Amino acid sequence: MLRLDQVVKEYKTGDRALNGIDLQVPQGQVLALIGPSGAGKSTLIRCVNRLVEPTSGAVYLGDQEITSLGSSGLRRARRRMGMIFQEYALVERLTVMENVLSGRLGYVGFWRSYFRRFPREDVAEAFRLLSRVGLDNMVDKRADELSGGQRQRVGIARALIQNPELLLVDEPTASLDPKTSRQIMRLICELCRERTLAAVVNIHDVPLARMFAERIVGLRQGVIVYDGTPEGLSNQVLTEIYGVEDWDASDTGETAPSKPDPTRPKSKPDVEHLVGM
Amino acid sequence: MSATSATRTWKRPALISNPKWRWAIWIGAGVYLAFAFGTLEINWARLQEGLPRGQRFLASFFPPDFGSRADSILDGILESLWMTVTSTVIGVMISIPVGLGAARNLAPRPIYLLCRGVVAIARTFPEVILAIFFVKLFGFGPFAGFLALSVGTVGFYAKLLAEDIEDMDPVPPEAVLATGASWFQWLNYAVQPQVIPRMIGLAVYRLDINFRESAVVGIVGGGGIGATLLTAFDRYEFDSAAAILLIIIAIVMAVEYSSGFVRRWVQ
Repeated sequence: MLRLDQVVKEYKTGDRALNGIDLQVPQGQVLALIGPSGAGKSTLIRCVNRLVEPTSGAVYLGDQEITSLGSSGLRRARRRMGMIFQEYALVERLTVMENVLSGRLGYVGFWRSYFRRFPREDVAEAFRLLSRVGLDNMVDKRADELSGGQRQRVGIARALIQNPELLLVDEPTASLDPKTSRQIMRLICELCRERTLAAVVNIHDVPLARMFAERIVGLRQGVIVYDGTPEGLSNQVLTEIYGVEDWDASDTGETAPSKPDPTRPKSKPDVEHLVGM
Repeated sequence: MSATSATRTWKRPALISNPKWRWAIWIGAGVYLAFAFGTLEINWARLQEGLPRGQRFLASFFPPDFGSRADSILDGILESLWMTVTSTVIGVMISIPVGLGAARNLAPRPIYLLCRGVVAIARTFPEVILAIFFVKLFGFGPFAGFLALSVGTVGFYAKLLAEDIEDMDPVPPEAVLATGASWFQWLNYAVQPQVIPRMIGLAVYRLDINFRESAVVGIVGGGGIGATLLTAFDRYEFDSAAAILLIIIAIVMAVEYSSGFVRRWVQ
């Protein structure tokens, strides 16, 4: 389904975020990508839909090579890959419905989307998905009125309405409490099973990854250092991925609430700084 | 133990770490200010003569006379209002593409530089200078004033639009891009919602500025209420001038009040 072939990403600063990644994900598989901050997890999934341009190597989605596509080909390829984000990445001033329907932008023309006149099937599908993720009565709420868990559900609906073949999921639970985190992970996995969707899930939280993923890939400094089942994730393997640590001590404790990645600034536009000028 | 910790002191690090520079800058600024005030020749005698003259001048403003020049005042106000509205609308419309081009996170480098150049040029000249220029070009009348205000609006609005776009939260735009949206769809779904409330507020604010400027622009021949005001002064009809000033103040206050209201409403 998804195949990465010697993917390398080198940033302008000279940092090699990815160092020759080979990875294959078959249809319907939920893969958890774990590794320390800065290991290249985010870069890896962004290289798949080319929000980040890989420096070299090839990415195949089915039979199609993504890396060589021109802009309209890339847009068509992006429709086939739904993405779910760490801080939900909803457009806050738009309604829940508009956020979900924005998942159809790759399929409708500009004026249709401008006047919010989406095809009837799209709207029906949006209603169906919103009820599937448990947000029936939130349709006309603005996205910034929702709680974290609810926002992530909107994010999931937006990704699924694309009718994708693959889900790219970037730290879906990093800003959520432990209970909501589990609910969101469960929902994502259920939906993948219902639709036999493949998913690559970046996740900080190792116990959560163990609980939900059928396959775990460990990344360290841009190199895959583990690829196997959750059961095979021994303390020795964890040390290889994350460095030395007393893994049993952290294992007996409850899942520590994970923090959002501090390397990604959460910028808020300063709307008022000019008022009164 | 407490003895050692008491010996440690802490001071906030200074903005300019080198103490020599710090003192040099303070002293330099002080000396310059002293000289600057020294060259400001204040002629107390003339100031004394001027004060009663000003008093008489102000007294001749009262009572304001709305009646005897009502027709030309009304014409001037209406002309100013249409100059204000048209120049704001046209200026904002031109500002949108220029502002998009002048946002570093949106436009490729050459377009960015071009649009920043346009903004810089439009901002360089105050509206009065622009009005003088356009009056020379196209003759007296409101058209010159309209052009001056439009150019001024572009300099103001395009710059602030570009800066607002540069300040936006980059994550939702990334998500919309990931759905396979086209560039214009991306603009409409991810960028516009983030900047629109502030841009509406600024458009209303610019309307207010343009009305005030329309009075100034008229004085140099750009039409509108400013022209009427100048005529009143030239004829020593200070009571009519006072009426005009009061009307300007009333309109500016009305726009000011409604702009606050609009801003709250779009938030």
